[in-house]
Amino acid sequence: MEVPILKQGAVLIATFQAALSDADLNQLRSALVQQVVRFRSRGVIVDVTAMDVMDSFASRTLREIAHIIRLRGAETVIVGIQPEVAFAMVQLGLTLEGVATALDLEEGLAYLNQKFKTMK
Amino acid sequence: MAKRDESSELLRELVAHLRQNRTQLREEWVNRISETRLLTAMTKEEIFAEATSVYDSYVEALETETFEALQAYARNLSERIIPRGVETHEVVGIVLLLRDVLARSLFAKYQTDFKKLNRILDAYEPAANRIANTVAVGFVQERERVIRQQQEAIRELSTPVLQVRERLLILPIIGVIDPQRARQLTEQLLRGIRTNRAKVVVIDITGVAAMDVTVANHLVQTVEASRLLGATVIVTGLSPEIAQTLVTIGVDLGKMNTVGDLQGGIEQAERLLGYKVAALAEPS
Repeated sequence: MEVPILKQGAVLIATFQAALSDADLNQLRSALVQQVVRFRSRGVIVDVTAMDVMDSFASRTLREIAHIIRLRGAETVIVGIQPEVAFAMVQLGLTLEGVATALDLEEGLAYLNQKFKTMK
Repeated sequence: MAKRDESSELLRELVAHLRQNRTQLREEWVNRISETRLLTAMTKEEIFAEATSVYDSYVEALETETFEALQAYARNLSERIIPRGVETHEVVGIVLLLRDVLARSLFAKYQTDFKKLNRILDAYEPAANRIANTVAVGFVQERERVIRQQQEAIRELSTPVLQVRERLLILPIIGVIDPQRARQLTEQLLRGIRTNRAKVVVIDITGVAAMDVTVANHLVQTVEASRLLGATVIVTGLSPEIAQTLVTIGVDLGKMNTVGDLQGGIEQAERLLGYKVAALAEPS
């Protein structure tokens, strides 16, 4: 199942619907990386609220997305990680180092707006 | 069957002997207890009073060959003396002393009739060993019950997650943290972050004296998990020992935000959230 990517102003929003296969994640990565430049977006939000499991592949892909998008000149923030998922992730050593995180979509947008202000 | 009858008969004889010499044997036992410096937490009078009832229950257990009453007595005794700081080795020690004192008196009584002495000891020893066993087990069980009760109490005093300002939580941790409590704390905190939409959390561990490596690692994981939920954690009140533990396990200090005391932690949290606290006027 493909992940829909919505454009909201200068921000791209990708919302995970359910558990995704590795192929879906790869597809999402290339789609985001292309669109961020095509739409001249300044920020990307990946919403993982619906995910109740985060394996090492998914978390590595999220990290790669964030780093590649940084290189493409935009900011990424991961939002909506569930409490249980968060603790399971750190126990597996998947801490998404160097990636911004926020509680939910609203917080993620607030974070990006803050970032945009300081970047000006 | 004949053997069993004989053994019961011998035990009866033995009990009669112990009843007859009650005063003298009891005194000798109490003297031995003070000599070996057991039960130092209790006064001589207390020891004497307890010794009397232990002696009587002991003889009764030998007579009836049932141990329920003794078990109940041992539990009751333990309940009274555990708060006084009596140790397991002392309780086991005094029961073994009584066994020795009684055995000696049997030696003295039957020294002329060696065969009879042997038979008496055959009857006495298994019963005496069982008594020692019963008392020791009773004491240890009571002790464990007390420990369990205290653990339960600590768990119930479990740590609240408090909101002190919009988007600011504090988690004051007091007491000993074992892995189970650590897990419970983490769950509460992560859930609290979600429901209160917290951005900053101050974890105050002033009330925690020490922390083993497992729990320290757990604390670090809690900090990281909170970050994944978008909250910044500030840890305050690290004792020198805990700081040492964290350094020993090689914590990445870039991830840990620490401030000396709770006040400093809250002030930093307010700065992060953009609050500015000012006095309304100069205090008079």
